[in-house]
Amino acid sequence: MSIHRPSSRSLLDGAILAQAIGDAVRKLDPRFLVKNPIIFTTALVAALATILTVRAAGSGAAQAGIMAQITAWLWFTVLFANFAEAIAEGRGKAQAASLRRSKADATARRVTATEAADPVEVPAATLRSGDLVLCEAGDTIPGDGDVVAGIATVDESAITGESAPVIRESGGDRSAVTGGTRVVSDRIVVRITANPGETFLDRMIALVEGAKRQKTPNEIALSILLVGMTLIFLIVVATLPAWASWSGTRIPVVFLAALFITLIPTTIGGLLSAIGIAGMDRLVKFNVIAKSGRAVEAAGDIDVLLLDKTGTITLGARQAVAFLPVSDIGERDLAEAAFLSSLADETPEGKSIVALARSRFRLTEPGSANLHFVPFTAQTRMSGVDMEEGRHHIRKGAADAIAAYAAAHPHAAPGGGPRDLIGLVEQVGKSGGTPLVVARDGRPLGVIHLKDIVKPGIRERFATLRAMGIRTVMITGDNPLTAAAIAAEAGVDDYLAEATPEKKLELIREQQQGGRLVAMCGDGSNDAPALAQADVGVAMNTGTQAAREAGNMVDLESDPTKLIEIVMIGKQLLMSRGALTTFSIANDVAKYFAIIPSLFLASYPELQALNLMHLASPQSAILSAIIFNALIIVALIPLALKGVDYKPAPAQTLLKRNLLIYGLGGLVAPFIGIKLIDLGITALGLA
Amino acid sequence: MDANGILLIILLFAVVLALTPVLGGYMARIYDGRARWLAPVEQGIYRLCGLDPDCEQHWTGYAMAFLIVHLLGVLALYGLMRLQAFLPFNPAAQTAVPPDLAFNTAISFATNTDWQNYGGESTMGYLVQMAGFTVQNFLSAAAGIAVAVALIRGFTRRSARSVGNFYVDLTRTVLYLLLPVCLIGSLVLVWQGVPQTLQGSVSATTLEGGRQIIAQGPVASQMFIKHFGTNGGGFFNANAAHPYENPTVLVNFIYMASILAIGAGLTNTFGRMIGDQRQGWALLAAMGVLLVAGAFATYWAEAQGNPALGFLTNMEGKETRFGIAASALFATVTTATSCGAVNAMHDSLLPLAGMVPLVNMLLGEVVIGGVGSGLYGMMVFVLITMFIAGLMVGRTPEYLGKKIEAREIKLAVIAILATPLAVLGLGALAMLTPAGLAGIAAPGPHGLSEVLYAFASSANNNGSAFAGLNGNTLFYNVILAVAMLIGRFAVVIPVLAIAGALAAKKTVPPSAGTFPTQSWLFVALLVGIVLVVGGLTYFPVLALGPVVEHLALASGTLF
Repeated sequence: MSIHRPSSRSLLDGAILAQAIGDAVRKLDPRFLVKNPIIFTTALVAALATILTVRAAGSGAAQAGIMAQITAWLWFTVLFANFAEAIAEGRGKAQAASLRRSKADATARRVTATEAADPVEVPAATLRSGDLVLCEAGDTIPGDGDVVAGIATVDESAITGESAPVIRESGGDRSAVTGGTRVVSDRIVVRITANPGETFLDRMIALVEGAKRQKTPNEIALSILLVGMTLIFLIVVATLPAWASWSGTRIPVVFLAALFITLIPTTIGGLLSAIGIAGMDRLVKFNVIAKSGRAVEAAGDIDVLLLDKTGTITLGARQAVAFLPVSDIGERDLAEAAFLSSLADETPEGKSIVALARSRFRLTEPGSANLHFVPFTAQTRMSGVDMEEGRHHIRKGAADAIAAYAAAHPHAAPGGGPRDLIGLVEQVGKSGGTPLVVARDGRPLGVIHLKDIVKPGIRERFATLRAMGIRTVMITGDNPLTAAAIAAEAGVDDYLAEATPEKKLELIREQQQGGRLVAMCGDGSNDAPALAQADVGVAMNTGTQAAREAGNMVDLESDPTKLIEIVMIGKQLLMSRGALTTFSIANDVAKYFAIIPSLFLASYPELQALNLMHLASPQSAILSAIIFNALIIVALIPLALKGVDYKPAPAQTLLKRNLLIYGLGGLVAPFIGIKLIDLGITALGLA
Repeated sequence: MDANGILLIILLFAVVLALTPVLGGYMARIYDGRARWLAPVEQGIYRLCGLDPDCEQHWTGYAMAFLIVHLLGVLALYGLMRLQAFLPFNPAAQTAVPPDLAFNTAISFATNTDWQNYGGESTMGYLVQMAGFTVQNFLSAAAGIAVAVALIRGFTRRSARSVGNFYVDLTRTVLYLLLPVCLIGSLVLVWQGVPQTLQGSVSATTLEGGRQIIAQGPVASQMFIKHFGTNGGGFFNANAAHPYENPTVLVNFIYMASILAIGAGLTNTFGRMIGDQRQGWALLAAMGVLLVAGAFATYWAEAQGNPALGFLTNMEGKETRFGIAASALFATVTTATSCGAVNAMHDSLLPLAGMVPLVNMLLGEVVIGGVGSGLYGMMVFVLITMFIAGLMVGRTPEYLGKKIEAREIKLAVIAILATPLAVLGLGALAMLTPAGLAGIAAPGPHGLSEVLYAFASSANNNGSAFAGLNGNTLFYNVILAVAMLIGRFAVVIPVLAIAGALAAKKTVPPSAGTFPTQSWLFVALLVGIVLVVGGLTYFPVLALGPVVEHLALASGTLF
């Protein structure tokens, strides 16, 4: 499965980079730093080291040079972490800026009633929920709302990036309009549904900017774990001088500071918020807006995916796939009758019948214009054609409608038509198709097999989901027989036939009772309760305002199959956190082997045996470790922003792979990195 | 290393493995309420105490009951020791135990630590040994098991408020498990030559014509529970090295098997109660890997002999009737569990061999661990493991269908922080104060190991001593008692809070996206997390103690 990326900005966009460097320094403000306990701790230690270094330099201590270098790298650690966050935010800020342009100071024409003709010009910012505004071609819609009168084409490219205008009309499921979009033609009256500052556009800007970013539950839990590890290392490092005093070893405080900072999980601590912001950003790239980070996180946990059949699993329209004649009729006869009756049928089904007849029997349109088409009506539930001045009739329609027509026909065969017709109708029904009976002059000729066409590739996608541990449930209004057949063909795990909004809601509740997390997408107003109930509810942007309010994500492109990508992004987000945490912890082993022998070498020369990396001197060992610790944050920024690779696979496989890369890798990488830095330091004579 | 030694290790683990499902199944029956063969006695106890056995407790109530039982235990022990001169069953006319020693000892036995800053036969009368220590051996063991059972219930229950009734769990543990097994076990010990008498010590004339006072007493009744309940407090000063406590190789073997029995069995009880025994086996596998590795490492290191003495067999501090293998194995088993009984002096083990018992304790007593405490201690590591593993498979973390969220992580972190704080923090105090430094007997890294061992042993409620350190001073009596209290309560209370939080949660059914916790990968990851957390916490002090001592020894320096 491949993730299609509609728009992709380079990781190292020059402008964003410059902005981020500035922001990294600005974020040294303690009010910002305190939000990240690990980096705040690092900054405190760096401040302490600065004071000690200044004092040492003042008294001309021999260690001042190395102390100054360690102190500098402690500050770099803080700056690099700030930089990571700033870069992640910068990408959102660029997005927000373009959104803000469409917000510009619009005015609105308020009206008192839908029919009123005396609009009052008011600033858009003064509109309140419930106000009615008139929008005509060329106007920018001043706020979110529902169309209450009229029909218009609207250019929504400011929000969706989709250049083709869409139709918005009163009533039905296409009534929602978004503030900031532009009416291209016609006029509509809109009832405003959002107060200023609460509009979709406002929320979107806030979201992509990360301004109101709150820590997600899992982020909080992980932060607690990281703080716990920091406390353990605080105990270890703070008590170390006491234990070392037994052998008469005195450890300089700056060395202890370096040991402490290298041990605490600065890597994941520094990248944690960048990972979260980047996760949201990745969704935005897919043109999906998550209303909260919590929703993205929940997406990774989804156990059950509810998908509408039509448009998501199958193509919108049914296609003719076979002509099944009754026993004494030739297939060509049936095809010909079907062909003639469908020539003027503009529905996709009708067109597909014509196409099938053409390809099977190379039928051509008859030259004579002596055809009188009978359109489909709700009363007759048939369509067809009358030929040769009404002497011959062909009708096609549902089995019961044709049966009634045949029985009433003057030339009706006694006994109600051929016996095997019923068998054919049932056969098509059982296979998940829709039987369409064709009759000529009151005599049924056979059945056209209309079939729901499952979207190509969808079966593979469901198999992938299954591998990810997600059950798919197809929602359809079809009868159970048809539903079962399509479900089997599409490869979904389950289906809900003859679905109603109530049944849908009930199904979600039932799954949640069992502890499962449910995702669904919907667009209609009647989907709103289910969207609100689902753990991840993706509303289509083309849907109603109610649906968009109820869901916790909005898909700007209105593509229901995107749920799969959303789930993957959620998983990727969690995996990135786990991978970098593992990496961070695994790194500590090498740092110990670098620093511990250095600290005690003077008292116990035997500990040289633990200097596995053969680092040149105690000073260079400590300096190398702290430099590695700072640089690794920068090195991992691209990974934090892109997220770790995710290929759908069972949990066991994923874990094995990630443990190998980030666990074992995290164990080995610093041994190599620290050694290389040590070689560099020695060559440069820095320690 | 020789074939006999290796065979002994294999035989012990085979016996424990065979006992696990039997004992585990029986314990599951006890806590499910299906074991009823002593129902009349049980009901009588409840009536006597005015207890409603069907009234379950919220985790806070359960924790409160746990605290009350411990408080009463400490008070009773303290009173018995202080007043023993006026009480019966004191043929040697032992005088009142000094207040600081009595304080330390009372806390030591109530918390299942059984650290002993006194010589048993020369300090304590029979009443203190029987009504004090032996009773606490039963109660502290049962209390630990009860906490583990409450935690298991946290996993089995859904959207529940209560985790069981502590008093009921305590009663049932003593009545159905500890008393019957110890009754039979003690009789076996008597058959093997362990004394069980109320008579005072006897005086004998030796071959050389000298007079020797031979202490005895109600030893057998205390000995079985001492090991079975991973208490470890000896009747005699020499503990299980004393021929009256541990007379034969058979008894020595029975002790080692009984030390491991409940801890291993509880993993199976856990599996049965949550309805998937393989989950229990996975936990036992993780514990077992560490135990087997520790046993062979100690044996291997000890069998090398002393490099400074031309690789002479290191028999210092060992009983000839046990030899190298049985001593090394006993040292591993007694520290891997929180037992702390010793049949050889750990102080005299070679540095690397002495480091294994130290590491066993520093890992948090989760290698089988103490009765109950091993399981719940390991569970804390499991939560951390599954939190990280969960993230790495792209799901918010869960274990056995219970989501691991901020609250559980916070509590697990508190439990994990408790022992390093007690070991490194309080130990650092000892290294800084004259009173602390005064107790250290050996110079150099070995002296540091003595202090580290004392705090590791107390804070992890093990109770074995490295010897060498003079602990019976006001300073050590108080500070080690504090370490024991932290090690017991700063772990148990968060664990019970976790049990309460888990019980209140819904259970998520497993899917292909759930990481299976019956797999070897889980076992490996759990072992890795235990080692990494322990290793990262204690690497610096271990480097300053046994590691440097070993390196120095290799070059011929002794401490």
